[in-house]
Amino acid sequence: MAYADSDAAAGPAIAPVAIKILIAGGFGAGKTTLVGSVTEIRPLRTEEPLSEPGARLDRLDGVERKATTTVALDFGRITITDNLVVYLFGTPGQERFWFMWDELARGALGAVVLADTRRLADCFPSVDYFEQRGMPFIVAVNCFDGARRYRGQDVRRALDLNPEVPVIMCDARRHASGRDALVALVEHALELISGQPGYAAAAPAP
Amino acid sequence: MPSPQDRWLDADAGPVVRPYALTGGRTRPTGASLDLIALVTAVRGAAPGSAGLDPEHLELLRLCRLPASVADLAADLDLPLGVVRILIADLRDRSLVRIHHPVSPARRPDPRILREVADGLRRL
Repeated sequence: MAYADSDAAAGPAIAPVAIKILIAGGFGAGKTTLVGSVTEIRPLRTEEPLSEPGARLDRLDGVERKATTTVALDFGRITITDNLVVYLFGTPGQERFWFMWDELARGALGAVVLADTRRLADCFPSVDYFEQRGMPFIVAVNCFDGARRYRGQDVRRALDLNPEVPVIMCDARRHASGRDALVALVEHALELISGQPGYAAAAPAP
Repeated sequence: MPSPQDRWLDADAGPVVRPYALTGGRTRPTGASLDLIALVTAVRGAAPGSAGLDPEHLELLRLCRLPASVADLAADLDLPLGVVRILIADLRDRSLVRIHHPVSPARRPDPRILREVADGLRRL
C-alpha cells in the first residue's frame, strides 16, 4: 500500500494559505479598475442556475424566463509567498446578482467598499451587507476626476458608518493607491481580531 | 407550441445551455461544496484512464499538478465556475485530485498570517 508515498506526492508539506478579499461598491465605482491596478485581472464567469437561490429572490426583472444567468466577476491573484496567496474578487455590481455575494463572502477576510461621491447611495447596499454579517470592511472613496472632493468625515457621516470603520481616499487607477486600500483593510481586520475577547487565549503560542 | 429545438436554441438559451452540456446537463456537483479558493491538487501517479473522462477533465488534471484554486482553474479553462466545480467533483470522486479546503479566515484568522499579508502587500 503506497499510502506514505501518495502523501509525499501531495505537494508542499505546508498547506498553502489562501486569503480572500472582496472589492465591492456600486456599479461603475471602480471595482474593476482597483483590481486591475494591483494585479492582472482574470475573467471569471459563472452560469448560475436560478433554481433554489434565485427563486427566493423577488427581483428577477427581465431574467425570469431564463433557467440560468451569466455573472462575470473580476478576479485577481496576488502571490505573497509560495504558500500565501491573496485572491481578490470584485462583487457583481447589479443587485439581481445578490445571490452570488453569499458565495463570495463565505470565508472572506473582508471587503474594500469603493464609494463614488457622485453616487454615494450606490454603495449603501454593500455597506449594509458587510455590516449585517459582521465582516471587516473599509470604505475607499474613489476620487474621480471632476468629482467634488469630500472629506472622509463627510462620507462617514453620509454613510452612517460605525466609528471604527476606516474611511480612506483613493484613486483606484493608481497602483500605490489600490495597494494602500488593501493594506488598510488587512490592518483593520488585524485590529478587530486583536480586540476580540478571548482571542489571545485561543491563539497558538508565538 | 415551439418545438424542443426552438426552445433550447434561441439566443437566450445558447450560451446558457452549452457549458452544461460538458457535464451531461448536471448543474450541481456531487459531495461537499467547493469554495472558490479551495485548492485542488492532482494526485501524482494516479492513472486517470480515459473511461468517462472528457478532454476537459484531463486538461484540469494537467492544470492542477501544482495546487490551484477553483477560481484559477475556471479562469484558466475559460469555463463557467459551476461547470468547473462539477468537473473537479468528478475527479475527486475518482480520487484523482485532492481538495484542500481553506480554513475560514473570517472565523479566526491567525494574526501572524495577516501581518505577513500586510507586509507582502506593502512590497507590491
